[in-house]
This record gives sequence, structure tokens and C-alpha cells, in this order.
Amino acid sequence: MVDQLPQWAALAPVLALAATGLLLLLIDAIKPSSRSNTSMAGTSALGALVSLALTVWFVVAGTGHEDTGGAIYLLADAIKVDTMALFFTAIFASVTALVVVAAHDYFHDHESPAEFYSLVLFSATGMALLAVANSLAVVFVALEMVSLPSYALVGFLKKNRGSVEASLKYFLVGAVSSAIFVFGISLVYAATGSLILSDVAEGIESVDGLAGVAGVGIVMMIGGVAFKTASVPFHFWAPEAYEGAPAPVSAYLSSASKAAGFVVAFRVFTEAFPVGASLSAGIDWVLAFGILAVVTMTLGNFAAVVQTNVKRMLAYSSVGHAGYALIGLAAISAGGSGNDAVMGAAMAHLLVYGFMNTGAFLFVAMAERWGVGRTFEDYAGLAKRAPIACVAMAVFMFSLAGLPPFAGFFSKYFLFMGAIDNGFVWLAAVGAINSVISLYYYSRVVKAMFLDDPSSPSALDAVDVRPTGLYGAVIFAAVATVLLLPGFGPVIETAEAAAAALF
Amino acid sequence: MIIEALIGFTFVAALLVLLAPNEWAGRLAFALSLVPFVGSLYLWSGFEAGGNALTGGTIAFESQIEWLEIGGRSVSWFVGLDGISLPLVVLTTFLVPLAIVSAWTPIDTRQSQFYGLMLFMEANLLGVFMALDFFLWFIFWEAVLVPMYFLIGVWGGPRRKYAAIKFFVYTNAASLVMFIGFMALVFGLGDSVSSFGLPEITQALAAGELGMWFGIPPETLAMAAFLAMFFGFAVKVPVVPVHTWLPDAHVEAPTPVSVMLAGVLLKMGTYALLRFNFTMLPDQASMLAIPIAVIAVLSVIYGAMLALAQKDLKRIVAYSSVSSMGYVILGLVVFTEYGVGGATFQMVAHGLISGLMFMAVGVVYNATHTRMIDDMAGMADRMPIAVGILVAGAFAYMGLPLMAGFAGEFFIFVGAFGADAALPYAPVFTALAMFGIVIVAGYLLSAMQKTLFGPFRLETDYEVGPAPFHDIAPLGVLLAAIIVLGVAPDLFFEMIRDAALPVVEGVSVDG
Repeated sequence: MVDQLPQWAALAPVLALAATGLLLLLIDAIKPSSRSNTSMAGTSALGALVSLALTVWFVVAGTGHEDTGGAIYLLADAIKVDTMALFFTAIFASVTALVVVAAHDYFHDHESPAEFYSLVLFSATGMALLAVANSLAVVFVALEMVSLPSYALVGFLKKNRGSVEASLKYFLVGAVSSAIFVFGISLVYAATGSLILSDVAEGIESVDGLAGVAGVGIVMMIGGVAFKTASVPFHFWAPEAYEGAPAPVSAYLSSASKAAGFVVAFRVFTEAFPVGASLSAGIDWVLAFGILAVVTMTLGNFAAVVQTNVKRMLAYSSVGHAGYALIGLAAISAGGSGNDAVMGAAMAHLLVYGFMNTGAFLFVAMAERWGVGRTFEDYAGLAKRAPIACVAMAVFMFSLAGLPPFAGFFSKYFLFMGAIDNGFVWLAAVGAINSVISLYYYSRVVKAMFLDDPSSPSALDAVDVRPTGLYGAVIFAAVATVLLLPGFGPVIETAEAAAAALF
Repeated sequence: MIIEALIGFTFVAALLVLLAPNEWAGRLAFALSLVPFVGSLYLWSGFEAGGNALTGGTIAFESQIEWLEIGGRSVSWFVGLDGISLPLVVLTTFLVPLAIVSAWTPIDTRQSQFYGLMLFMEANLLGVFMALDFFLWFIFWEAVLVPMYFLIGVWGGPRRKYAAIKFFVYTNAASLVMFIGFMALVFGLGDSVSSFGLPEITQALAAGELGMWFGIPPETLAMAAFLAMFFGFAVKVPVVPVHTWLPDAHVEAPTPVSVMLAGVLLKMGTYALLRFNFTMLPDQASMLAIPIAVIAVLSVIYGAMLALAQKDLKRIVAYSSVSSMGYVILGLVVFTEYGVGGATFQMVAHGLISGLMFMAVGVVYNATHTRMIDDMAGMADRMPIAVGILVAGAFAYMGLPLMAGFAGEFFIFVGAFGADAALPYAPVFTALAMFGIVIVAGYLLSAMQKTLFGPFRLETDYEVGPAPFHDIAPLGVLLAAIIVLGVAPDLFFEMIRDAALPVVEGVSVDG
């Protein structure tokens, strides 16, 4: 059925997100009286789910897959729809759906939540566009389209100093890194004479005297990627922004926005700067990512250990997970037989992470909604009042730590195994050690919720509401985290096929 | 399909109980837990297997469904039974209903969660004993820890948090070491295996397919893997000197959880030792026979000595488990038909006996609210039946003939005494280990004499009466099972020996 559709229909998931964003604005403009929180949240969730359904349909039907004629190029090759783009769009759409449903309860008493939903949807559109970008110009534009709404989202609680401060910090770091990124693009263009990724790759092969220029450009682009994925050295904004932002926004940024950074990295670095050609030009970006991966995961984990605030702990854990996912780029080699396996594993890890991390932040959103406080001590004894939500949170924590009965075990295992199979034992070893360390701070949350007694008998009286949307989103994410273990086969197969098309 | 139905039903039962109201969660859990027991009896009645599942014997109720593929090796849902796993499956399904009944009195908060977790743990335990694919096995293996952590941490005694976290950290770290060791083996096997199926890996190892990996020669690799896995499982068993989590966990855990911990969870360790270390790498095991035997005898003697020094009834039983597990290790390391078979039989026997002891001590504790030996005396006056069964259990522990403990220990000693071929100085080790029984008799008799007999003395502000029927009944059932298995060990020993023989034959004993 898919093959009867026109070529541009391959963009349908992106268009669905964009259309939903516009529809929200339209409702807001035409009939302000009807812009109730519920209808807005419902519309945006529906839009995200439509986009998700289209993506899944396309993946199943094989759109952009080698078997059905290969990737679909549109708009003078500036857009390329392939399995990887669809895979990541599925992550973005799922996270968006979870976040808007949860936001419905989080912003229950906010005066104008409508902007929130349209900002999220526009940002998601940017991410989906990023996934299909095949030209450095589109990459940059899409990246800005993701970032600009994000700045506003972080500062969405205008009267909350923390939120505004976080937004400003995020914006300043973001603006600098965008400038660096676009400057990097211009240098690469200067050296290779093209913006289309495949042409850039050809340019790299014959770069000769301009290798230095291209090299500096690539290093600058690594900086842009590091910002978007919250990796060292541009990770400083992450703990501040995640802590200050409304928790649904933190969930959105740390899951979807991070995955968006990785889709750029995976596509641009494998297609525009192929490992072999880059190495012969004297540009070893694989090593650069290797160092970044090790430093990022180690720093993220050690910083998370000493936190007292759960949200901030999750923020640093998110930095740590960026380090794990960077293994997908750091453990590849020119013509390595396991390249697709390790990058596919990183993609699958990002998908699983999309559910478990979003779920964890949404649980924090629920705690903020109740008003129980943000530290580990404040969570003490929560399981007595909200057992089901706490079980879900325990699932997220154990899964993030990579314990076996949950999907996080498989995704981490595949990632480390992929690295070992491809000859990067040291990356897997550092990753495994970090995983063990992470068990400490994740289990602290579980211990607080289930084993500790509340500081005072009245400490939990705040837990008096059962926000349906938040509960639904958290439980759905938990169920997905559990079910992705038995259902990991199709996920990893799709991811590996998507990655294989890049090499 | 029967195995899938059994595990699936137990998971569903756990979920049902979790959602049931607290008032009748305990009764519902008991009723539901009888179904897996009946199911396992059905498995027993229809059991037709020959040899060891890992070394190429026929596997009963085998079922294999492709799951996914990792780096060219497939992972599948692969379950089945042989003569070693079936007795442990029956033990698990038999102990759980009894443990649930024994929880009716002591567990008085959040009952539905408690019983739900018990059943959840049972489902995973069944998975551990039935899984024949490494990944599947590992997932069940780790999934047992999570309910145990909560069962100790939420319903335990005053130092429950410390005990739960210590348990979790010790066993998790051990699992990681074991996991790495096993993975090294798989990598060393390279392309000669196409799946993570345990039978395939065992047979490839036996065929000498282990190759170089990252410049490590196969002998070193096998030895390193053996050590890593031995360490991982030794913590779980536990043996001296990595046993320290066990007394803490036991003392803080509520009675029914102790029953499961001593009765089944410790057997996970010995079962895995037998399956992985001794079946897959028998040559390494016989190379290290003396150090392992030293650890075994040390566990027997040192565990018993520690038990001798305790003032808390439950601690006594806990340390005596360390001692009993030492016998199991000794039985495994001698590589004789009776040694390995006896060790497996002892796993079941000790599961029943230690379950009985913990339950009986729990019944006394329900009435007295103290476990300190010095606080009480003459309990036999007030609760004659419970005390009678406790004494019978203690005798079973000491290895009284016609009880299961005797059969298990006797087989081990018979198998170990003449096993010079695999273990030098075997008679010396066996004699030393036998001496452990004397210490066991010493501490159990003295503890019982102080607490159970003589004039009644206990400072309470209420009347101490006989225990209720539902506390006594599981004790009686367990005692009956211990006697049945002691009179007719062939109920299990026949099939165990059948499955143990290929393990013994796998080792090349050249003096």
C-alpha cells in the first residue's frame, strides 16, 4: 500500500507533527474560549500518536529500506527518508505523546497552557526534520527549530526564578554552541564544496591541502553535537536546565532532544565524514568520540553519585547515558565488521532510554505535582501512599542501571557486546564499570521510596491527588520498559538494519 | 507448553494477589500456589529424561522458541528438565505454599504486596531451574533478587534496610563477576557455537572448541572463567569467607522469607555451581579440587563453630546452613556418582530441613517475641506440638537415619571417602567434614536443652499458649516429607544419579 503513495508521503510523520502544531495555534487563535487544557493536550497527543503510527507503518512496510528501493530522496537531495530516520522519529513521537499527556496534569492550574503544547509539537517537528536531513543546511535549520522552542519551554514557568535562570543558561550555552556548529559547517563547506552529505564525503576523499580546514570544521561540529546530546564538554547546561525546567520539559529534553542530537551525529559523521576517508585525511573523529564517551559517562556517573536532589541526579544520569550512546560512534572502525551492530545497539539503547528516562522524569513531575519535595529524603515512604507509581519508578531505576529483568539490560548489553566484538574492549569495560557505579544512586531512590520511613507522619499528606494523565503516562512507560525485554528482537533488528544502511 | 503454563500461571497469580485486598490475600496466595505444586507433580509423573540436559541427554518437556540474535549467536526461550532440575522444581513449588501459610501469623501489614512478591519470586525461581539458555537463565536469576530485596527490606526486623542492601550488593556484584566469566567463555568459543543454549556451549567446551581470545590462551581463559564463575556462585551459596551477608539477611528477614532464602535461594548457588563450573569445566574443577575442598571443609567446620557461638536461635540455624552447604560443595568436587548425586540430593534435603527449622523457630518466636536463648526456657510445656516438631527437625539436621538429611550426607560421605582419584587426600577431607556433624549435634542439642526443656521461664505480660493450627500444619507436612524422602530416597535419587553420571564421566581422571 505504501508503494502506491507519492514520494513526498514519506515525510508524512514529520508533516503530521507540524500540522498538529499549527492546528493548536489555529484553535488558540480562532476560538480562545475553547482552548481548554484538556482539548489541547488531547489534540497534541493525538497528533503525536498519528505520527508514531505512520512511522511504525512505514518501518513495517519497509519505506526507505534497501529491499524496497532504498532511501527516498526529496527536495534536491536535501531530505533523505530511510529506516534510521523512521526509527528516530518513532522515539520522538513516543516521547512527545508521553510528555503532553503528563503535562495535562502538570499544568492543570496554569493560565495558558496552550503555548506549551504547540512549542513541544514544533520542537518535535524540528527533531523529525533533523532525522531526515541530508544536507548540512537542513541540519542546522532543523537543529535551531529544535532548540528555539526548547529555550522557551525550559523557562515556561515565567514566575519561577529557577525556571527562568535555567532557560537563560540553556540559551547562552545553546547560542554559543550553535554559532560554533554553523561555523564548523561553513569550514567543511569551504573544504569540500558541498552541503549535501554524500557530496561532502566525496570532497573529504580529495580534500588534500584543505584537510586542516575540514578538520577544524569537524571538531567544531563535534562541539555542536556535544551540546545537543548533553555530552562533555558542553554538558554544563544540562543539570541546570533539567533541574530548573518544569519536569515534563526535563523529560522531553533529556530523552527526545538527546536522541535528536544523536541522529545528527550518527548520520552526519557516517555519511559525510566516512571513517576511512577521514582517517586518510588525518582526521580521527572516532578517537575524539571515544575520549568524549569515556569522559562523559564517567563524569555523569560520578556527579550523579553525590547529588541529594532526585531531579539533578537524573540530570547527571542523563549525561552518563549520553556517554553510553556515544559508544555507538566511538566503537566503529574503517570497514569494521561490527560497525552496524554497535551503532544499531546505540540506537536501540536510545529507544529504550526514551521510555525509561521519560518515565523517571515524569515520576518526578508527579512528585512536583503532589508537592512532596525534590530530595531523596522527601521521597521516603512514598510507596506507602502511591504503590503503583513507585513500582513503576523502581522499574525505571533498575532498568536505567541495566539490571536484567528490564529492557535496559539488553540495550546496554548489546551496546557493550557490540563494542567488544568490534575490538573496543576498553570502551565496554569503562561502560560496565560505570554501570555498576550507577546502581548505587539509582537504588537510593528505590530504597527511599520503599524502605525508608517518612520524616514525619504528615510528610506524605501532600499525596492527595491521583493525576490520571501523569499516572497513565508513567505506567505506560513502565509497561513499555518491561515489554521491550521480550520484544527486543524486532527493535534491535530494525536498528541494526538502519545502521547497516549508513556504512 | 506445560512449563510455560506453569511459569506463566505463577506470574499471573502474583499479579492477582498483588491486586487483592489485604484481608484475604494470604488465603488467595495459598490457594493459587497449590496450582504450581500440582503442576510440578504432573511434571514429575510424566518425567521421561535420560542423562544430563547439558551433556546431550534427553531433555524432558523441552521447549524452544527463537527470541533474538546477539552478534551471530541466538538467544531463545529454551526450557526443559532433567534429573537435577526436576527435584529442585518440586522443592520450590512444595515450599512456597507452606511458606505462605507460615506467613499468615507474622505478616500483618501490606499483605497483598507480600504474598504477591512471594509468588513473583517463585515464578522466577522456577525459571532459574528450568531455563537452558544462558540469557533466559540470567534474567530469571537476577529477577529473583528484586522481590527478595523488598521482602527483607520492607517486612524485616529492625536492621532490615542494612540487611536488604547488603544482600542486594553482595549478590549483584557476584552476578556481575560470574557474568563476565561466562561471557569470556562464549567469546573464547567464537564461531563454534551459534546460540547461548547451555547444552550447546557445554558440548562445545567438552569438544575442546575453546580458542584464543585477545591473545589469551584457552587454558588460561577457561581457568579465569572458572574462577570468576566460582566466585559468583560461591557468594550465593554462600561459602566461607563470603558468607557474611547470609546471617544478616536471615536474622532480619521474616520467617517465610527465611524459609525461601535457606530452602531455595541458596540452592540456586549450588545448582549453578553444578551446572556451570562442574559440568562445563570439569577439568578446571579437578585441577582446583584441593582448594575447593578446603573451602568446603572450612565452610562446614567454621560455619558450625560460628553457630556454636550464637545466642539467637535464628542465627544458629542461619550459620548451620553455611555448614550444610559445605557438604554440598564437597560432594560436587569429588566427582563420583554418589558425591555429585548426593550433593544434589542434599540440596533438596537441606531445603526441606532448613525450611522446617526456620519455620519452627518462627512459630516459637510468634509466641515469645524473642529469639534469644537466654530469655526463655521450658517452651515444651506451653507449645508441645511445635516443640516436638522442632526437635524432630533438629535431629534431621544432625543426620538421623531414616530422615532426608541422613540420606544426603551419607551419599556424600560414601562418594567422597574413596574419591582419591579426583581429590587427593579425600579421606582426610571427608573425615574432617564428618566432624562437623558432631559440632552440629553439639549446638543444636545445647540450644534446645536451654530453650525447650526444663521449667518454663519467659517474661511476658500475656499467656503463652499452643500455636494455632495453621502455624503447626506446615511444620507437620514438612516433617512428613523429610521422613518420606529419608525412607525412600530413590524417589529422587534415581533420577539425580542418572543426570549426575554424565557429569562424573566428563572429567578425565588420570590420577
